[in-house]
Amino acid sequence: MDMMIAVILTIMTAATPLLLAALGELVVERSGVLNLGVEGMMVMGAVCGFGAALMTGSPWLGLFASIAAGMFMSLLFGFLTLSLVSNQVATGLALTLLGLGLSGQIGESFVGQPGVKLPNYDGFDPLIPFAILLAWGVSWFLFKTKAGLVVRAVGNSHASAHAMGYHVIRVRYLCVLFGGACAGLAGGYLSLVYTPQWIENMTSGRGWIALALVVFASWRPWRTVAGAYLFGAISILAFTVQTFAWGIPSQFLSMLPYLVTIIALVVISGNRMLTRANTPACLGQPFVPDR
Amino acid sequence: MNRGPEYLLEALHVVKVFGTLRANDDVTLKVKPGEIHAFLGENGAGKSTLVKMIYGALQPTSGEFRWMGQPVTIANPAAARKLGIGMVFQHFSLFEALTVAENVALAMPGDFDMAKLSEKIARVSKEYGLPLAPTATVADLSVGERQRIEIVRCLLQEPKLLIMDEPTAVLTPQEADQLFVTLTRLAKEGCAVIYISHRLEEVKRLCHNVTILRHGKVVANVDPARENAASLAKLMVGGDIHVVRGNRKHAAGDVRLKLDRLSLDPDGPFAVELKEISLDVRAGEVVAIAGVAGNGQSEFFDAVSGERILHRDSMLQIDGKPMGRAGVNARRKAGAAFVPEERLGHGAVPAFSLSENVILTRHASDKSLIRSGLVQRGDASGISHRVIKDFDVRKGKPDPEARSLSGGNLQKFVIGRELDRKPGMLVVNQPTWGVDAGASATIRQAIIDLSRQGSAVLVISQDLDEIFEIADRIAVISRGQLSDAYPADKLTAEKTGLLMAGEHEIKEVRHAAGA
Repeated sequence: MDMMIAVILTIMTAATPLLLAALGELVVERSGVLNLGVEGMMVMGAVCGFGAALMTGSPWLGLFASIAAGMFMSLLFGFLTLSLVSNQVATGLALTLLGLGLSGQIGESFVGQPGVKLPNYDGFDPLIPFAILLAWGVSWFLFKTKAGLVVRAVGNSHASAHAMGYHVIRVRYLCVLFGGACAGLAGGYLSLVYTPQWIENMTSGRGWIALALVVFASWRPWRTVAGAYLFGAISILAFTVQTFAWGIPSQFLSMLPYLVTIIALVVISGNRMLTRANTPACLGQPFVPDR
Repeated sequence: MNRGPEYLLEALHVVKVFGTLRANDDVTLKVKPGEIHAFLGENGAGKSTLVKMIYGALQPTSGEFRWMGQPVTIANPAAARKLGIGMVFQHFSLFEALTVAENVALAMPGDFDMAKLSEKIARVSKEYGLPLAPTATVADLSVGERQRIEIVRCLLQEPKLLIMDEPTAVLTPQEADQLFVTLTRLAKEGCAVIYISHRLEEVKRLCHNVTILRHGKVVANVDPARENAASLAKLMVGGDIHVVRGNRKHAAGDVRLKLDRLSLDPDGPFAVELKEISLDVRAGEVVAIAGVAGNGQSEFFDAVSGERILHRDSMLQIDGKPMGRAGVNARRKAGAAFVPEERLGHGAVPAFSLSENVILTRHASDKSLIRSGLVQRGDASGISHRVIKDFDVRKGKPDPEARSLSGGNLQKFVIGRELDRKPGMLVVNQPTWGVDAGASATIRQAIIDLSRQGSAVLVISQDLDEIFEIADRIAVISRGQLSDAYPADKLTAEKTGLLMAGEHEIKEVRHAAGA
């Protein structure tokens, strides 16, 4: 029984950073912006959160620093893609590279230092319920409020939204910033809760999995929760099976979450009925008002 | 009683410049309350630019607007709505993935109460004879229903001025009649209507006042009751229009294109399923397919052109040869030619030169263009020059990029490129969409001429005037089903309209009710 609870807790802990980052990206993509820089924003959140916690001794301040770092990175992305209308895909990829490089530089002196861990209750940390609450909040915001309706409208047809007098660029900036905050927090979770230390590239592709999760969940918050927990379970499974040494090469097991991501994406994308109904029609398209 | 200002809206010496183009040049006009005021003009005459400024979506370069006698600056659409100006766009400003009520909510200021709003939408839409289900998703609705959303959205704000941008271009004749009843009623209630159109009959029938624009300038302001269609047309075009003339007595030859129970599954949630379409197109005739947009025209074109492969070879036969599973190039080699609806991006690669675009559609069917894997640019530009000359394509550079041509000139080129091959069978989707009157006449004449030389021509169009001008036989597509093809002289616009609204379904319902 205790074993069961331990396993479930580990799965939740593995799922939470994926869920946080994916929920942020979901809102960004609902507004029609494709930010492929989740990995970069996450890793910056991780290093800044770790550093701030180390210097102040407060893991809570560390989390705030993570959020701020993620938002700073997303602001950079927003300025380039929304104000200067650069290509979103290329800019997102560059953001990831920038984040990975910059975090390595910032975190050079942090390597090997013991971190500050966020307080938890028998392994149950406050960010686990927060992430689920956030999913509820995002769902409520998108489908029950006027502001959420505007976000979906902007993502569905920016030209129409502009014609009706909505500020497409402003809405997208706010969504991109929210996405940055979520990705930063997800990164902070890694370095302050999951493994309270700083390791270079410690996000190890979780940002990409979060991106895939958004498609997997067909841009719906509750499906994102289900997806994140599923991926959390798979990565824990891979980890647990390794300890039994059944002769399966450990490399193959470590590969499992990524492999499942690819398979899930192919299956979901193949079903156009499912994806196209929810896909924001303006996803990745730059908007320039004609004035 | 206090008399209000005589004019609701005045435009005084309004100028709008885009780069080097003067889209509106010193436009002055006045709209009275309760008046249906037509803006008449050809494509590119500046009608849409003018109303966009009235609606606040664009700002004038110079000049001024007055609203109820007071000078105003209409900074954005929200400001226009506040004044009491509503607009129904030509290309609807709707959000396809959202519901009817959500679409309306986006245009409403103040409280956000979906339940209350849904109830209000149902009530107002019923009151004005524009039935709508508030919870329906826009993507599932017909074009006529979508237009109703836009109108209801405006009506909920109790406008003093309603702007309609070519509202009937997408409607069946019956839907248009219903719209006229609604607009007449609105005008009686004191709401002014600005009605943009290039359809003369409509303007004569509906409007109280006509302002005619040409090349961005107001050329006349007349009373439509005192004019006839010919005099209005002359003012609009600034000269007489060439009338397309076919040799009406066509001699139908062998069947060149045969569709035999052609079916195609939808490829997405918003796509249309084609159901058991059968049609013969013979040598020497033009068969037109009428229908309201979104009833399966694009799927039908994809199926016939080979962009989507069919399940069985026998579903499509070219000159008796089953080719349902053959791709585009194989069908082209068999003598077929295709012109899709979207000229830029589908019919031609925008960043490629015209001669390169010639290679793209003809590399498989014209052996001389590719020799041992190498492109023969000389031959390609020879063809390109011939098309440019034959179809009077106006351009800047000798071999310009496709995107630098105006819509009408590119359309002439795209159609000319296919006609130049003298294809045995031609399929065209929307041959003159968004093309000016002169280019339209050239294109229609060329299509008729091709058929008279023994080719089978299939035209998909939403323009009934065009269809009656060029077609020998007419079939109507509705929700993925095709009606029988009737001889054009035996079909009236009314009958076609009923078919467009899906008459065979009405019949089925009646039959079921009778049984």
